[in-house]
Parts: sequence; C-alpha cells; structure tokens
Amino acid sequence: MLRHAAKAFGAVQALLDGSIELNSGEVHALVGENGAGKSTLVKILAGVYQPDAGALLVDGKEVTLHGPAMARATGIAVIYQEPALFPDLTVAENMFIGRQPLKAGRRIDRRTMRAEAAAIFARLGVQLDPARIARGLSIADQQVVEIGKAISLEARVIVMDEPTAALSADEVDRLFDVVRALSASGAAVLFISHRLEEVFALCQQVTVMRDGRQVLSRRLDGLVARDLIRAMVGRDLAERPAEAHGTPGEPLLNVERLTREGIFTDISFTVRAGEIVALAGLVGSGRSEVARAIFGIDLYDAGAVTVRRQGLRRGSPTGAMAAGVGFVPEDRRQQGLVMDMSVQQNIALASLQRLRRAGLIRAAAERALATDWAARLKIKYGRLKDPVSMLSGGNQQKAVLAKWLGRKPAVLIVDEPTRGIDVATKAEVHHLLLQLARDGVGVLMISSELPEVLRVSDRILVMREGRLTAEFAHADASEEEILSAATGQAGPGTPGLPPGQLPSDRGAPGQARRVRDVPEQQERPGGRAAPEAS
Amino acid sequence: MSTALVSRSERPPAPAGTGARKLTERAFRIRESGIIVVLLVFVAITASIQPRFLDITNIQFILVNTTVFALLALGETMVVISRNYDLSMGSVLGLSAYLSASQFGQHHGIPIVVVFLIGLGIGLACGAANGIMVSAGRVPSLVVTLATLYIIRGIDILIVGGNEVVASSLPAAFLNIPKATVLGIPVLAIAIAVVVAVGAYYLRSFRSGRELYAIGSNPEAARLAGIPIGRRVLVAFVCSGAIAGVAGVLWAAQYGTVDSTAGTGYELQVISAVVVGGVAIFGGSGSAVGAALGALLLNTISSALYVLGISPFWDQAIWGFLLLLAITIDRLISVRLTAALRVRGARHE
Amino acid sequence: MSERLRWAARWESGLAVVVVVVIIAVVGVSVSSQFFTSNNFFNMGLSNGEIAIMTLPMTLIVISGEIDLSVASILGLSSALLGVLWARHWPMIGIFALIAVVGLAAGAVNGLLVTRVGLPSLAVTIGTLALYRGIATILLGPSTVTNFPTTYTNLGVNAVPFTGDAITYSTALFLVLALVFGVVLHATPFGRSIYAMGASQEAAQFSGIRVKRIKTILFMVSGLVCALVGVLWTFRLDTAVQNNGLGLELAVVAIVLFAGVSIFGGKGSILGVVLAVLAFAGLQNALLLTNFNQEAAGIVTGALLLLSVFGRNLASLSAGLRKRIPTRPGRSVADPSQVTPTATTPP
Repeated sequence: MLRHAAKAFGAVQALLDGSIELNSGEVHALVGENGAGKSTLVKILAGVYQPDAGALLVDGKEVTLHGPAMARATGIAVIYQEPALFPDLTVAENMFIGRQPLKAGRRIDRRTMRAEAAAIFARLGVQLDPARIARGLSIADQQVVEIGKAISLEARVIVMDEPTAALSADEVDRLFDVVRALSASGAAVLFISHRLEEVFALCQQVTVMRDGRQVLSRRLDGLVARDLIRAMVGRDLAERPAEAHGTPGEPLLNVERLTREGIFTDISFTVRAGEIVALAGLVGSGRSEVARAIFGIDLYDAGAVTVRRQGLRRGSPTGAMAAGVGFVPEDRRQQGLVMDMSVQQNIALASLQRLRRAGLIRAAAERALATDWAARLKIKYGRLKDPVSMLSGGNQQKAVLAKWLGRKPAVLIVDEPTRGIDVATKAEVHHLLLQLARDGVGVLMISSELPEVLRVSDRILVMREGRLTAEFAHADASEEEILSAATGQAGPGTPGLPPGQLPSDRGAPGQARRVRDVPEQQERPGGRAAPEAS
Repeated sequence: MSTALVSRSERPPAPAGTGARKLTERAFRIRESGIIVVLLVFVAITASIQPRFLDITNIQFILVNTTVFALLALGETMVVISRNYDLSMGSVLGLSAYLSASQFGQHHGIPIVVVFLIGLGIGLACGAANGIMVSAGRVPSLVVTLATLYIIRGIDILIVGGNEVVASSLPAAFLNIPKATVLGIPVLAIAIAVVVAVGAYYLRSFRSGRELYAIGSNPEAARLAGIPIGRRVLVAFVCSGAIAGVAGVLWAAQYGTVDSTAGTGYELQVISAVVVGGVAIFGGSGSAVGAALGALLLNTISSALYVLGISPFWDQAIWGFLLLLAITIDRLISVRLTAALRVRGARHE
Repeated sequence: MSERLRWAARWESGLAVVVVVVIIAVVGVSVSSQFFTSNNFFNMGLSNGEIAIMTLPMTLIVISGEIDLSVASILGLSSALLGVLWARHWPMIGIFALIAVVGLAAGAVNGLLVTRVGLPSLAVTIGTLALYRGIATILLGPSTVTNFPTTYTNLGVNAVPFTGDAITYSTALFLVLALVFGVVLHATPFGRSIYAMGASQEAAQFSGIRVKRIKTILFMVSGLVCALVGVLWTFRLDTAVQNNGLGLELAVVAIVLFAGVSIFGGKGSILGVVLAVLAFAGLQNALLLTNFNQEAAGIVTGALLLLSVFGRNLASLSAGLRKRIPTRPGRSVADPSQVTPTATTPP
C-alpha cells in the first residue's frame, strides 16, 4: 500500500495550512472555492512551488521537489484543465517526448513507441491512434493522451485539475471509466472539481479547503452536498428569498430560422424585455455558436436576427452593439478581457466611442465610468490602473459584465456567466441578472448548470445537436425534463434504462440524484428537484 | 448510459484515427512533393524553350551555386523549427569568408582544412553568442539576431577596411573545390546533399532533434514537459552559426574575391527558401530536405531567367511572389486539414 | 504589482532612452564643438529624416501585433515610379497621385494577406519586400534618373523657410506626423483599439473592435507614408535608382524596438519612438564627426538595441521580484487558480 502524505504550510500566503493524504487505489476529491488554496497545493505537488513550511512525504520519506521534472521522476503527474500538447507531433511522440524508446545508435524506435502507446490506450479502454498528429484532437482526447503520458511515466499519483469542465456527457463517462481503471491499477488519483455530483459519483475520500487551510478530510460515506458546501463556505448560505422576476414586455431580440451548416439548424426564438431566457443543453449542442452568430462574431448561412424590429447585419459585432446588444463570452480570460490592460481600460473598452469628444477619449469620463460600474457591481480591486489579471475569477467576470453594462444594452447575452466562480460571487451575478431583467433588459443566458438555469430564468429553451428541442416556462420546468430534452430521451422511466435511474448530463449512472452543487436545493423525497418557488 | 447516445458510441470502430493519420500524411507528402513538382515543371518549361539549360555545365553551375544556400537553409531550419529566427547568417558568412580566405595570403602554405576550421570556429563563436543571448537573456531571437546582424557586419567592415581578398591570393586547390566533379556531378553538391540528409535525419530520429520540434510546436508545453529549452536552442544557434561559418569558406572558394559586402542580404533569401521548402514560419514542422529543395528551386529560377535571356531583375519579384504563394497554399492546406482532423477526431471517440 | 512599481517600470524603460539621448549628446559635444549647431542638426535631419518618418507607422503596426518589413521596398518602388514616369514626362502632380495610390495598394496587399487570408505578417512582408523591390527593379532596370527639377529637389536639401537653417522638410514632416500619430495612438479610440488587439486579438474582437479593418488601414497608411518617403528620398539624392533605400527596414525596426515597443504587441509609445529616433540620429552624427567608419556604424546600432532589450528585461525582472512581497489577506490577491502554470515560476 502506497502512502503519499503531503503537509504544506504557508507558501506565499496563498496556502496557510494545507494537508492532504493520498492513498493508492483511491480517488480523492479536493474541493473548495476559488482562492481557497487548491491550486497552490497542486502546484506544490507538481513541483512548481516549494512550500515555505511543512513537508511532502512520498512513501513515508520526505522529499523536496525542485521542479516539474523532479515531481515526475518521483511519480507525481498533474493533468491540467487545458492539456498542453504539441500539435505538430504525433500522439505517441507527445506521450514519450524526451523519453522515446531507442534502438541502435540512440535513434528513436518509432515502432516500439507506437506499440507501447497503443498498449496503454488498450489498458485504459480507449480508442486512439498513436500515429496521428495531435492537431485537431478534442479536449477529451487530449486529456486521454495526457493520462496515457502519466501512465507511461509510471506515475503513482495522478492529479486532475477540473478535468470535466469542457467535456460532454459521453466524454465525462469515458473519463470516469478511465479514472476507475487507473485507481484499480494502484494509482492514487486526486480529483479537483467544482461539480459536487461528480465528486460523489467518482470519489471515495474528500478534502475541503477554505481560505488556505484544510478544513475537512474524510471518507465520503455519510456526507451530503450540503455538508461539503458548509465546509467550503463556512456557513450555511442563507436561503435566499425568491427574487421577483420582471414582467416581460415587448420583444427585443428576434431570431428566425438561424442556420449554420453542420453547427445549428433552424433556430428561432424571441427574447422580450424584462425576460431572462435560458439556453440549456449539453456541451457541444451549439449554443455558444448561436450566440456568437447573433452577435456577429461568426457568420451564419440562413435566417435573420432582428433587434427591436431592426434587422441585424450578420457578421458585424459593431452593428449588434449599435443595436444595443451586449455579449459576455464564455472564456473571460481569452475573450472577455484584455489581461494586460488595466481594470479601467477593460471596463471602458466597449464604450470608447461614447467617451469621445472631438475625437479624443476623455480621461475623466473614462475613470468615472469605470469607478461607477466597479462600485455598482462591487468589484474588488486594488487600483483601477492595476492589470485586470490581478483580479480573482469572480471579480474578473464582474469586470466583463461592467464593460457591457456600461453601454446600457437593451439585450444582454451571457455565456456561462458563473463558470469557475465561487459560490458567493455566483449568487451576486444571479442577483444582478435578475435586477437587469427587472429594469427591462432582455437577457439570453447560456448555461450548463441546471440549478442556475432553474433559479434565474423565466423561460428555458433546450438545444440538442444544433436544434431547439424543447421550451419550458419556468413553472413547468424541472431538471429531469430539461435533461431529457437535452439528451433526446422521452423522460424518466424510458425503457432501456434500469429503473430508478435518470440520465444526467454530469455524473455516472446509478447515482441517486440527491446532490447538487448549489446550496438552496433541498432534498425532497422522490428525488425530484424542487424548482425555485415562484 | 443514455440510450440516445448509444448509437454514437457504438459506431463500427475503424481503428480510431487512422483516417486522421492518413490524411495528415497525405497532406505532408503533397507539400513536400509540391516543391519537386514546381521544380520539374520549371526545368521542363525552360528546357523546352532553351535546351542549353540542361547542358551539363549549366546543371553543375546550378548545383554548385546552391550549395552555399542549401547549407544556410539547413542551419536556418534548425532554428526556425524551434520558433526562432537567425537573421545574422549573412553577416556571419561574410565575416567568415573574409577572415578565413585572408589566411591564405597571410600564412603561405596553410592547409585548406585549417582554413575551414577557422571558418567553422568563427561561425561557432557567433552562433554561441546568439544562442546565449536568446536562451539565457530571454530576448526574442528576432531582436537578438537583428542586432548581431548589424554588429557582425560592422566588425566585418572594420576588419576589412578597404581591402579585399583577391582570387590570385588563393591556392588553386582551394579554388578547385567547387569545380571537382565525379561522374559529372560536382563533389561539393554531393557532400552538401549528404550533410543536409544527415541533418534532416538527426532532426527526425534523435531525441534532441524532436525536442526542437516540440519547442516550436508549443513552447509552454515544452517547458512544462521539462524539455531543456535553453540548451536545445543554444545548440541550434551554435549549429546554425557553425554552418554559416563553413558556408563562408565555401563562398570564398566559389567567388574568389571577398570584400566587406559578402553575404549582404542573404538572411531574407534563406528564410524565404526555408519557408518555400515547407518549414512553418512559426516552427514545429518542416524538414531540412524541404528547405534545401527550396534553396535549389530559387537558384534554379535565377539560372533559368539568365538562360532565357530574361533580365535578372525579375529574379527578386519572382521569388517574392513564390514565397507569398507558398505560404498561402500552406495556410489553405492547414485550415482544411485542421477542420478535417476535428471531424475525424469527433467521430472516433 | 502596486501602481507605483508599475509606473516605475514604465518610467525605467522611458528613462533608458532619455539617458541614452543625454549620453549621446554629451559624447557628441565632447567629440566636436559642432555638435549642437543648427547646421549639424540640419545634417542629422538630412541623413535620417526619411528613416524617422518610416518609424511612425511601423510603431503602430508593431503595437497592433504585426510587422511590416516591406517598408524600404515600397520606398524603392515609389522612387522607381517617380524616375520612370518623370522620364516619360508625366506631370509631377499626376506622378504624386499615382505614387500615393500605389503606396496605398501595396499596403493593402500586405493588409489583406494578413487579415483575410490569415498569413503571418513576418512571412508576408518578407515576400512583399522581395516582390516590391523586384517590381521596382523591373520598372527602372539598371538606369538612374537624375534630372529632377530644382523646385522639388530643393525640398530634399533645403531648410524649411522661416526656421533658420536647422530644419529639413523631412524633419518638419517627421515632427508633424509624430504629433498626429501620437495623438491618435494615445488619445483616440482608434489608438486604444490598436493596443487592445496587440495585447489580445480575440478579446478585442469580442469587444466589437474591427481588428481586420484596423490592421488593413495600418498597413495602407504605412504604404502611403513609405511611398511619400520614397519621393523625399529621391529628391534629396536627386537620383531614382532601383536600390534606393535597400536594407532600411531593419534600421526602422531596430529603432522601434529600441524605443521600447514590444515585438509581441500591446506596448509602446510614440514619445519613446521620437526619443529613439533622436538617439539614433545623434549617434550616427557623433560617429560621423569622429570619422568613425560610417558603414560600420551598424555595430553601435546593434549594440544599443541589445542593451536596450537586456536593460528592460533586467528592469522587469527586478520589478517582478519585488512583486512577490506578500500582501494582506482580504486584498485582491491574484487568484492562484487563475494563474497559469507559467506565470511566476522561480527562475
């Protein structure tokens, strides 16, 4: 039995007292809000940082890891959220770079390399051709390659940092099978996730961190989501009184038969003033593509978009903005913000034309705009001139929102507004969206988090494989129904499924669906999620 | 799991990804053979108009002329693969050409091999300087080699002053190097072809060679993977410098007269040859053989123009146009390829 | 990093250029009492005016994340056109108009290949460098045209009236354009967009900035300016020949980089570029006055460039080290989960 125990103290004040013990054959979950210190702990394990205090023990012996190479040599492999592969090299080369098997004369033995890679994939139960180049691989496949690499390194500790964030349901299942195969073969797996249902589905142990310390570490049996959340947040998030939704007014955004070959077909819907319309569905169903097409970042092949009865020219973000549309994109670091620019500059970036006088930007007006919106959204920052990269994830997202709200849009499209954000800020963002609706803005929200969808929206549209398959009013909706529409099944009790099991877009089959990652959900008998009382 | 998605995962499993592999291999072969095709077409057209083009003496002339550029292309390929650039090659060539060739005048009877070693040494030193600044100093190679282009050329001018090395001061054996032939093929061309082949083989089949590709393909991943980037890049620059040094000596052997303008402007021509030859401008892919073929193509075009009586002034315009054409085609291929690979990847999960 | 530290880092890089200018001035004066005369300043303007002007559009292009190596070839092309058409007795106004159009077109080709076809500007402009120079060579062949009317050649060699004898037309043009470019870059939405797209093209697009259009405009402006410079150059030398301006692009890029404009885009200032131009011109001049081999002056250019980049790296390295001072909890500490594995790895 392998024991990997790590106690790390006080590195760069991001971690005050972190301890975790990983045993072979176990899948161990690490949860905590953003900023709780999870990443720092992981980086210590990965050898990127060295702890200021405390000790890392491997097999009972203390070691200091001076760099990622040493960590790897010690048998610790880390798989990051965004796998870093070499697109121009083959899959096998990616796995064995720097350690390729050699034949006579120190030349690379390609055949053996490919065979070994194929063997590893077979062990994991995955189909992947080791001789193809890595370019064009889906994120799920890239992760598999990284896992294969870890195995070929004979890693005994495998750390996975938010691996499911960008995966579809199918891919998540495959990943879980792979992880189970890994732990069956004796490795210790550390699984970091925000998605508590996955934690309960896959892991045996859990460690919760908060504010740089470990606050809980024990087996998962007997715990429910609420216990974890309480540990993560330090308090029971008070049940929020149901927020009043706005009353829908005139139609603001009209999408008619929007089609883009191979991506989405025949999408039609309306968003009215004061309404929050959610666009739900599985990852890869085409929702973000629809949003980008509406806003003009992407083109479409057929159909029309009108805002307040004015047709929008396709492929023109400036046109969309002029018509009063705002767009908070999915990836705030690459698409929503210019990381090198200051908080002030980012907030002002979409409003430059309005801050003009005689062609020049008015500095005072820019500063006022930024200060005003930062205050309204309660963004925590040092100084307005700090680069926006210094803000936490939640505050960065608020900055993106501030940028668009500063334009007073009539229609706001938000794509995964609370992805990767801590629970408290998430609630603030929801509150903000509801407030916007009350003020008469029409909101189109794309989200993969069903609790969020149910909590915030007035109407729910479901997309599956590029088409709209269902529409629910808030009162009629439930997670099961949305999921059925998203996966194309008739509903609970579909023949072919074992009784009592419901399809889920996250999490393994067979798991009773009593867990959520949002605190307000109460457990109700019968396993049906109670929608927010309207 | 879900019944609706069962059909997707149960699709008959062709060995996942072979479609992708075949596609990529086909694309690469098209690209590499594309140069040869263009070359052959050019030769064919020119020869049909002016049969003199295929005279043995002319072919020998083209091959010998190409040797210097093919060597430079090899060195530049090693650097560009790792997502760096060496703009100083022309200046290094010039410095090496003068300093090595002038040895004959200063030290009578000096063995030719020693002169080559001197050129090699000069190139090595320059390459090492470049490499150290890029890897240790963490300055982008474009900036570093732009600066050393000036500095080395300036040193060359200072040393040369108003002098020049004249052919009469060079021993006949030296000047005969480009003229020696075996079965009609210049020995020099054969030697350089071997060197290029060895270089290409090294890049393809040795760990450190593959690591250069990795560094160019994704520098961040290379860092995370523990690849010794600094060391590899340093070696790449040392090699490219050493190669430029040797090329300088060869240049002197071919032209006989060396002044302070030797090698001026070569860097951009070499980079063009390399890109036309299929090496991606941002690194990560391409082969030295392709780069050498690119050099051959460009030299063939010059010669063809001369033979056809077209003014040599068209030379630059044509190779500029070819470069633009090559990168446009590369781009189109890569866009189509990536899209096709994504589709195949999705289907074979 | 606290604001004061950031301001200091920026100041340090601007300071570097100021320091160099001062040093050159001191050296110049010590070398020759003639250094600070208006006549000498005039000479500096003569030798470097055209290069100076070319640095301005280049700065904008580099900040936007691209590069234009074809500038000297557009200069050569415009010079060749001037020669050829003048020899054919075209009216000068017509020639100017055509040259302007050709300059815009040459820039447009660069811009379209980069934005519409999606090619890297380094490769494209190496290609157009050859292509345009080649066209210039085809047009003019081996001949040179030298009989330009004095009203025009005077523009190249005389001082601007009413300013004493210090300012060449090219210097005046440089100063005016520097002002215009400076205002546009630093104080208009257009300029802010350039910084944004240089720092993150995707984010700029998602903010409604028309990246493709702006980059194409920048390349076209560069083409127009370089064509104009080609005319000035020809008049100054009273010679149109195919190799006019050969190799100048590297000097232009060197000056821009020396000024602190980042080769990766997103950073830089016109003021820095103006100072860098002064430093460069002063340097060339000081060397001239010491009878230093003019052609070898490149050594100093190269050395300056290296020093400036290393200097900046050192400055940001030390500023980065200072950044690791732990902050009080509760402040907006950079979220470790947001920091990519690359950011602050200890060397």
